[in-house]
Amino acid sequence: MLQENSVLIKQHCFHCGENMADEFFLSDDKKFCCLGCRTVYDLLSKHNLSNYYAYNDVPGQTQRSNIHHFEYLDVKEISAQLVDYEDERRTIITLYIPAIHCSSCIWLLENLYQLQPAVLQSRIDFLKKQVSITFRNQEISLREVAELLAAIGYPPLINAQDTGKTNSGNNTERSLITKIAVAGFCFGNVMLLSFPDYFGLGDFEREFSRFFGWLNLAFSLPIILYSGTGYFISAWNNLKARRLNLDFPLALGIAVMFVRSVYEIVWETGAGFVDTLCGLVFFLLIGRWMQQRTFHHISFERDYRSYFPVAVTTIKGNKEIAKPLGDLKTGDRIMVRSMEIIPADAILLKGEAEIDFSFVTGEAEPIKKVLGEIVYAGGRQLAGALEMEVIKPVSQSYLTRLWNNDAFVKPKNNIKTFSDTVSRYFSIALLAIAIGAALFWLPTDLHKSIASFTAVLIIACPCALALSSPFTLAAAISIFDKSGFYVKNTSVVEELARIDTFVFDKTGTITSPDAASLIFSGMVNEEQKQLISDLSRNSGHPLSRELSKHLNKASIYSVDSYTEKIGRGVSGRVNGNYVKLGSSAFLGLPLINSPENSTVHVMINDQYLGYFMLKQQWRKGFKELTLKLGTWADLHLLSGDKPADKRNLIPFFSDSANLHFEQSPQQKLDYILQLQKNGRKVLMLGDGLNDSGALKQSDLGIAVTDNVNNFTPGCDGVLDGAGFHKIPQFLQQARDSVKVIHMSFGISLCYNAVGLFFAVQGQLSPLIAAILMPLSTITIISFTTIAVRAFARKNKLL
Amino acid sequence: MNMIFFLIGCSILLALLFLAAFFWASKTGQHDDTYTPSVRILFDDELMAPEAEKPIDQAIEKRDEDHT
Repeated sequence: MLQENSVLIKQHCFHCGENMADEFFLSDDKKFCCLGCRTVYDLLSKHNLSNYYAYNDVPGQTQRSNIHHFEYLDVKEISAQLVDYEDERRTIITLYIPAIHCSSCIWLLENLYQLQPAVLQSRIDFLKKQVSITFRNQEISLREVAELLAAIGYPPLINAQDTGKTNSGNNTERSLITKIAVAGFCFGNVMLLSFPDYFGLGDFEREFSRFFGWLNLAFSLPIILYSGTGYFISAWNNLKARRLNLDFPLALGIAVMFVRSVYEIVWETGAGFVDTLCGLVFFLLIGRWMQQRTFHHISFERDYRSYFPVAVTTIKGNKEIAKPLGDLKTGDRIMVRSMEIIPADAILLKGEAEIDFSFVTGEAEPIKKVLGEIVYAGGRQLAGALEMEVIKPVSQSYLTRLWNNDAFVKPKNNIKTFSDTVSRYFSIALLAIAIGAALFWLPTDLHKSIASFTAVLIIACPCALALSSPFTLAAAISIFDKSGFYVKNTSVVEELARIDTFVFDKTGTITSPDAASLIFSGMVNEEQKQLISDLSRNSGHPLSRELSKHLNKASIYSVDSYTEKIGRGVSGRVNGNYVKLGSSAFLGLPLINSPENSTVHVMINDQYLGYFMLKQQWRKGFKELTLKLGTWADLHLLSGDKPADKRNLIPFFSDSANLHFEQSPQQKLDYILQLQKNGRKVLMLGDGLNDSGALKQSDLGIAVTDNVNNFTPGCDGVLDGAGFHKIPQFLQQARDSVKVIHMSFGISLCYNAVGLFFAVQGQLSPLIAAILMPLSTITIISFTTIAVRAFARKNKLL
Repeated sequence: MNMIFFLIGCSILLALLFLAAFFWASKTGQHDDTYTPSVRILFDDELMAPEAEKPIDQAIEKRDEDHT
C-alpha cells in the first residue's frame, strides 16, 4: 500500500500535479514536470515560503508555457491607466490573476513582501481573483511587480478593457446595503416601541403612548426619505412612461401608510402603521439585494477590448517599443510573438504565419499566410514571431467594425417578467377595490370611507408578491452556479423557461477543444508507432503534439538529420529508418482523395503506411442532449467552419435543413433575426468573437467556455464546458422555477385576500397589519427556497 | 416611571452607535470581500513573527553561513 502511494506521488509534479512526462526536473528530491515549476519551487523555498506546499497538495499550475511580456508596463501612459492610486512613494494596483484557486494562493500572494521587500502590502479578493498590491515605486516598477507575479506562477491578466476601469458596480451595492441597514435599524426600534401598544396600555401609561408615537414617526422619516426613495422614483418614472409595474402599488402603499400614521399620531386617534411601514421597506430592500447579488465575478459586458492586449510591440529602427493599442497607426511596424493576438489588420512582412482564427471565424484549422498577404485582426499566431505592417487602426479593423454593428450598440429588449405582467392587473384591481370600498361607506360614514380606502391600499401592498420572484430566481441562480452555469441576472432564468429554439455554434461549443481524437487508417506495428512518436516529439506543431500525445510512447530513439518544414511536415532518421510525416504534398504523394480534416500522412523508408486524421470530438453527453432537447425545441446549427462534419452531425439534428456551414458572423446574426421574426424565442450557444453578434441578438446568448476566466463575448450567461450536458436540466429547472413563482403568487394573493377582508370593513388594526405582513413575507421566502431546492433535486442539479 | 424616557433614550443612542459602526465598516470596504478573511485566519502566522521582519536578509545570511 505504502509503495503504491509513493509510486503515485512520483508520477505527479510536486508543484502543479500534472502527469509527469518521461523526463523530469529534480530539486530537493522533489520531481517537477517542467523547468518552470522547478524554478517556482526553488524561488519559494529560497525565501522560506515552502508553507505554500503545506496548505494544499499541488497548489501550483503548470508553468510549461510561461512566456509573459510586461515591457509595456514601463510605458507611463499605460501604467497610469491601470493603477488605482499613485504618489511619489507608493503605488496601489489591483490586478486580475486567473490562477488564484486555493488557500495556498492566498497565503503566497499575501506573503509577497517576503519575496520582494518593496511590496508593502498585498491583499487577495479570492472570489474576484484579484490582488491589490501596494508597493514602493522608487524601488520597484509596476513591470517588475508583474514579472515577480509571473515568476511565482501567478501572471496577471491585463487586457485593453482594464484601462479606464470604474468601480461603479461596487458603489451601488454598498449604497443598497446602507439602505438596508437604516431600514433594519428603524424597523427594529419601531417594533420594540410598538409592542406596548399592541399589548394594550393601561390608563396611566397613556402619556407613553404619545411619546412612543412621536418616536415612531421620527424613525419612519429615514425610511421615507432615504431607504424607500427608490420605490417612489421608480413608480414615478414608470407612470411617466405609462407603465404600471409592481413599484406603483408599493409606493402607493408606503405613501398611504405614512400619511395615515402621521394623521393618527398627530391627532392621537391611533398608533399608526409605522411598524408595518418599516418592515415592508426592510423586506423589500432585502428582496432587491437578493436580486442584485452576484454569486460570482464574471464580467458579462465584455467587448473586443477585453480580448486584445493592452499594448503592442512596435518596431522603430532597431528598437522595440511598447505602444498602447489605441495609439496604433496605419504604417506602424508591429511584432507579434508566438501565442499573441494580431491586434489590427496588417500585412505580413516577416516570419512564418500560422494563425488560429477559430475565435474569429469558427474555422478550426490554423490558416497559413504567405509574405505580403493581409492578415485580419483577431487571429492568434501559433508559430514563431512575426513582423507586420498595420494597414488599418484597431478601431476600424475588420473585427472591431463588426463590433460597432447596430446589434452591438442597441441595448437588448428588456426581458418581460411574469411579475411585470401580473402587476398591471394587480394595480388596477387594487385601485378598483379601494375605490369601491370608499364609495360603499361614503354615504353613511365619511370617516370609515377614508379608513377603508387607506386600509385596502396598506394591506394589499404587494410585499410578498414583490419578493416571490427575486427569492425564487435567486435560489435558481445559486443552483445553476453550482453546476457551472453562471447567468447575468434573475430575468435570464425566466427567459430560459420560454426558449423554444436552440442554435448551436460548432467549433468550441459542441466540440470539445481539448478532446480531439486521432484516427489512423492504414497499418502500422508497435515498432513503427515508436518511430513515429520519437519523430513527432521534436516538432512544436499542434498536430505533431497531438500525435505524440495520442501514441503515448516514452521516447527511446534520438532523431538524426531532423528537418521540419513548418506547417508541412517533418522528416528524420530514427533508429536507422527514414521517417516522414506530413501533408500529402510534403511526402510527394499524388493528391489522393483524403478527407478534408487535418491529416498526417506517414511514410517509413519510402513506403506509404497510411494517415492519421484529426477528428473533433463532441462534448460529453451531446447525443443525449440533442435527443432530449429535440423533443422540446427546434435545434439549429450555425458554423463558420467548412461542412466537413456535416455527415456526422445529421444524426443529431432532426432536420438537416437546420445545419448551416461557412456562416460569416453577420450571416449568423441575420439567421437569428430571421428566427425571431418568425416568433421564435432563440437561445444561442456560442464561444467566440465570431458569434458574438448572434449571442447579442438572440433572446438569450450563452457562452460556452472551458475556462471561465478566458475571454467570453458579451452575453447573458456563461456555461462551463463541464456542465454542457446538463442543459436540458437547466431548462427544466428554469421552467420549474417559473412554476414556483406562480404558486407563491397564489399564496401571497391568499394573504392579501385575508387582509382585504378586514380592510374593506374599515376595521384594519395596526396589529393585524403588523402580523400579516411579516408572516406572508416569511412564508414566501421559505416556500420559494424550499420549493426551488426540491425541484433541483428532482432535476438532479443538487 | 419617568425613568423609561431616559432608558429609551440610552437604548436608541446605543443602537445609533452600532449603526454608525456598521456604516464605517461598509465604507471601509469590509463587506466587499466576505470570503477571503475566512481562509486568511486559518494560516499559521509564525512567519509574520517579529524575528521574521526581515526575512530576505535573514535568508541571505543563513545561506551565506551555509556556504562558509
